[in-house]
Amino acid sequence: MTTQKHDFSAALQIEELAPSARLSLRVRPQHRAQLARALGLDLPVRIGDRTAADGREALCLGPDEWLILAPEASALTAAAAAIYATAPHSLTEISDREITLRLSGASVLDLLATGCPRDIAALAEGRGCRTVFDSATVTIWRDGPTAFRMDVWRSFLPHVRNLMALAEAELAAGL
Amino acid sequence: MLLIHCPYCEETLPELEFAYAGEAHIARPADPSALSDEEWRDFLFIRTNARGPHFERWRHIHGCAQFFNAVRDTVSDRFLMTYKAGAPRPDLSPKEDAE
Repeated sequence: MTTQKHDFSAALQIEELAPSARLSLRVRPQHRAQLARALGLDLPVRIGDRTAADGREALCLGPDEWLILAPEASALTAAAAAIYATAPHSLTEISDREITLRLSGASVLDLLATGCPRDIAALAEGRGCRTVFDSATVTIWRDGPTAFRMDVWRSFLPHVRNLMALAEAELAAGL
Repeated sequence: MLLIHCPYCEETLPELEFAYAGEAHIARPADPSALSDEEWRDFLFIRTNARGPHFERWRHIHGCAQFFNAVRDTVSDRFLMTYKAGAPRPDLSPKEDAE
């Protein structure tokens, strides 16, 4: 993937991040703690909460669903497979499913508001959510007041990028 | 736009994140082959079509992806309450008294 950087407007920057390992974990609540110990990563209980340790990040997407980011997947899958007999779960590598965009700049909330019906401004820093951008399911991570990451399913990326380019032009024109 | 409270996310979110999933509290027969054609038709197709509070299923498809139940007034389109899937059908009478 090429990394694109728009110097078009300092108020907004959209760039594609380099691929990293991404895993989807489904596990029943009674086995959550066991999985968390094996993965060396605390798994938050509240939907939208995130934790991070050793370059790994976990985001709680649902009552039994977590999204895990890591530099590489094999250590995590091996650790989880070792306890499968006592803690049945599903840990699936989905690294290639999505492409992550980094969105930053002063008008990033306006950009997100053009596509997301949810009030993204109300999403606290350090939290995340799965929501919808236009018609595409996306995962949004808020890293700072005007810094976000957005995971977009790769087949929806051209659509999302086109909408963002349009919104970017409108914002730059002061509309 | 309707705002719907997701009982799993514990947030009130726009309708566009949700998908409607039919009437709630319709239990699949334990022994389908023992049913008559009329009973099977009733299970598959016959619905309440309520005027007023309607018990229905929704799914937070662009969010936590969970199914939950809601009570919606089909006249005013107002959501009276939402509750987790598997919870018993709530009794609406005290709520109506309070309003």
